[in-house]
Amino acid sequence: MAVPRTLVRMPGAAAGGGRRQRPPLVLVVPALVAAGVALLPLAYLVVRSLDGGLGEFVETLWRERTLRLTLRSLGLAVSVTIACLVIGITLAWLTTRAKLPGRAGWAVVVALPLAVPSYVAAYTWLAAFPTIPPFVGSVLVLTLCCYPYVLLPVAAMLLRSDPALEEVARSLGRGRMATFLSVTLRQVRPAAAVGALLVALYVLSDFGAVAILRFDVFTRVIYTSYRSSFDGTAAAALGLVLVAITSAIVWAEGRSRGRASQARIGSGAPRRLRTVALGRSGTAAGLGFAIVVAGLALAFPLGSLTYWLVQGGAAELDLAALGGAAVSTIAVSALGAVLTTVLAIPVGVLAARYRMRHVRAIEQASYAGHALPGIVVALSLVFFGVRYAYPIYQRTPLLVLAYAVLFLPAAVGAVRASVAQSPPMLEEIARSLGRSPGRVLRDVTLPLAGPGVAAGAALVFLTCMKELPATLLLRPTGLETLATELWAETEVAAYAAAAPYATLLVLLAALPTFLLGHRRRSVTLDVHGGGA
Amino acid sequence: MSELVVRGLEKSFDGTQVLRGLDLDVPAGSLAAVLGPSGCGKTTLLRVVAGFEIADAGTVTVGGAVVAARGIHLPPERRRVGVVPQEGALFPHLDVAGNVGFGLPRSAHRAARVGELLELVGLLGYGDRMPYELSGGQQQRVALARALAPDPALVLLDEPFNALDTGLRAAVREDVCSALRTAGATAVLVTHDQEEALSMADLVAVMAAGRIAQAAPPGELYTAPSDLGVATFVGDAVVLDAVATSAGADSPLGKLELYDSGVRGPGRVVVRPEQVVLSNAANGVVGTVTGTVFYGHDAVVRVSVSAPGGHVPVAARCQGLPPGVVIGDTVGLRVVGPVTFFPAA
Repeated sequence: MAVPRTLVRMPGAAAGGGRRQRPPLVLVVPALVAAGVALLPLAYLVVRSLDGGLGEFVETLWRERTLRLTLRSLGLAVSVTIACLVIGITLAWLTTRAKLPGRAGWAVVVALPLAVPSYVAAYTWLAAFPTIPPFVGSVLVLTLCCYPYVLLPVAAMLLRSDPALEEVARSLGRGRMATFLSVTLRQVRPAAAVGALLVALYVLSDFGAVAILRFDVFTRVIYTSYRSSFDGTAAAALGLVLVAITSAIVWAEGRSRGRASQARIGSGAPRRLRTVALGRSGTAAGLGFAIVVAGLALAFPLGSLTYWLVQGGAAELDLAALGGAAVSTIAVSALGAVLTTVLAIPVGVLAARYRMRHVRAIEQASYAGHALPGIVVALSLVFFGVRYAYPIYQRTPLLVLAYAVLFLPAAVGAVRASVAQSPPMLEEIARSLGRSPGRVLRDVTLPLAGPGVAAGAALVFLTCMKELPATLLLRPTGLETLATELWAETEVAAYAAAAPYATLLVLLAALPTFLLGHRRRSVTLDVHGGGA
Repeated sequence: MSELVVRGLEKSFDGTQVLRGLDLDVPAGSLAAVLGPSGCGKTTLLRVVAGFEIADAGTVTVGGAVVAARGIHLPPERRRVGVVPQEGALFPHLDVAGNVGFGLPRSAHRAARVGELLELVGLLGYGDRMPYELSGGQQQRVALARALAPDPALVLLDEPFNALDTGLRAAVREDVCSALRTAGATAVLVTHDQEEALSMADLVAVMAAGRIAQAAPPGELYTAPSDLGVATFVGDAVVLDAVATSAGADSPLGKLELYDSGVRGPGRVVVRPEQVVLSNAANGVVGTVTGTVFYGHDAVVRVSVSAPGGHVPVAARCQGLPPGVVIGDTVGLRVVGPVTFFPAA
């Protein structure tokens, strides 16, 4: 009642053309700073790649290795995406439209692998099968971590879509299978496309899983070539190629996301969908499929962690190191969440309230981190730190800055959505009562958006805790986080010693999944969630 | 107390011109109503005056101070213009006292001023309630107190009684009216409800197609509308072809007395239904009853009267129950009092 609906339709909110209120400087200036921070790594990556001149840049790229890497990265992305589409769509259908025993329970269980960071999963598989082939292992691990990105939007679409369309198709003489192929699959296509692009983006950005499984794709080669040579030009150039590919995917995803939302029908209470009886063999096959996927994606890593925890026992449990890593993880992640949120607030408020070209440009810039793999951001900031910001190089501020770049998109999205929920009229009234724009922000906008902004900050905090590549490259000397400890122990095959860190990480990663459980849409925010 | 002067105001959205050179004068201390159908641009006018929108052209002067003109756009917080929006729009995170005191400087007098205003709107003792604990009418009165608190030069009310149900509306309307008069504020009320405009305002400005068609005191607006559009928009009207002469107007309802405008020749007259009196007379002007509608406090009888070009529909308003007529009855008609004449263009 206190937030009347009609107010949202004030002409000011929908205004276009004519002369419009200019956004206040108190928002624009900090938003420009945020956009600058978001673009810094990309800009400096370009500068650094061209350090030795255009000739050297072209020569670096014009090697057989670049082509091989591209093909290998794309091959991995395509394989994982196809596998995710098959698993995700099948499970989505089974958990929404089929008479699967325990359907509601399965719907929750099959979404849970989202909470397993990919490098933790990779560690559990490598620990169990040390000779697993890199490609097979990477496809397996990344598929099991990523299929929920397809499952969730497709299941949501299936729940929303109008069953009348299918009934009409049946009444027009199409069989059950023909109806599924021609009507049902067509309806879920936009949702599946969004999910597939998210998967591809995740795979290309992922560093932890491929590095642990030793599969040479862009991210791992960028890391090793940076580590093995003092000249970072090659690494920077490869990073640029990777960013070009991920940017193309982000662009495609933005386009298909628009189309996916257009395809949504109806907004009222979900209609009771008729479910399809599977028959005895069908039920067995459906149950079997769900059990195998959940077993591999969830039970196996959890069982494996338990095994190594027990195996290591008290002897391997270095409580001091574990506690130290936990404390420093929390400390740097909290700083990351604070900086990210502070930078996101002006951008998110502007985006929610002023729809003008330059505001959109600022918002788009702040989303740069969405297309930037963690390893690329880290690398660029390393170069930048060494050359221009040596006092903070290998110190906390630079690491926190990397977190801000990577997770600004999620934070801006949260601020924007929560600000948009309250009517702009309240801010106008506050202005007419004599408050300046800055004080309106402090006294009205932020108090009202508070809960949503805080939830966004909490999500960023948890995502920072899982972040691996940026932490690995930028952490202050001597500082270890849960992720870097897990990485270090896995590198020397000390699987039992790694188990406590991996367990803590899974528990932390599970938190936002539970928090966001009922808001399935929001899960896609967590694009870098695996810590790539 | 200060007056509002608007000159040549223009505003477009996405190429659609909403305000087209609008002029409006509201004397200091008076309550003006801007009356118009939805979509005529009333709310845009209000938003431009408040400073929420930037005008494309024209000037706005409040109490002698130019707040909007070419190259000038005073921000809302420096205009001293209070706003009471539709449905109140109270700050949901503040209690009633917090809402009313929002526009006041932090000082020792703040609490006293808040109490004063709550008393003015009849809500003394409600200071620590939260907005969701109030009824719609109470929220509206708090919104008025909030707008009046900083002692604004002008108060703008945007269809403030829309969301209230009919029974409550009249009471809240009267309370708001008396609070505005006690405060001595200059106020502009935007509404599409002609009854509201006519009953509350000192001055009613009828808005159509982005301009003010006529601004006048309610009585004058009703009896002497400036054109047919205003005449038919404000109140019910029977429009008849007529020829004006020095002795009155010849019409299907006989010879009608005119508010003398000095104009002669063919045109149309506007007769108010309450001016039409029915009788049993079989001579003079007669018509056939086509229907009756009962409203409680009065009733309307629809009568078809034959005229040179065919039949014209006429409505007659009667007090209380409709007279004992049924459809098909023949009745006599007589027009009482002067009518307004508009010459043919």
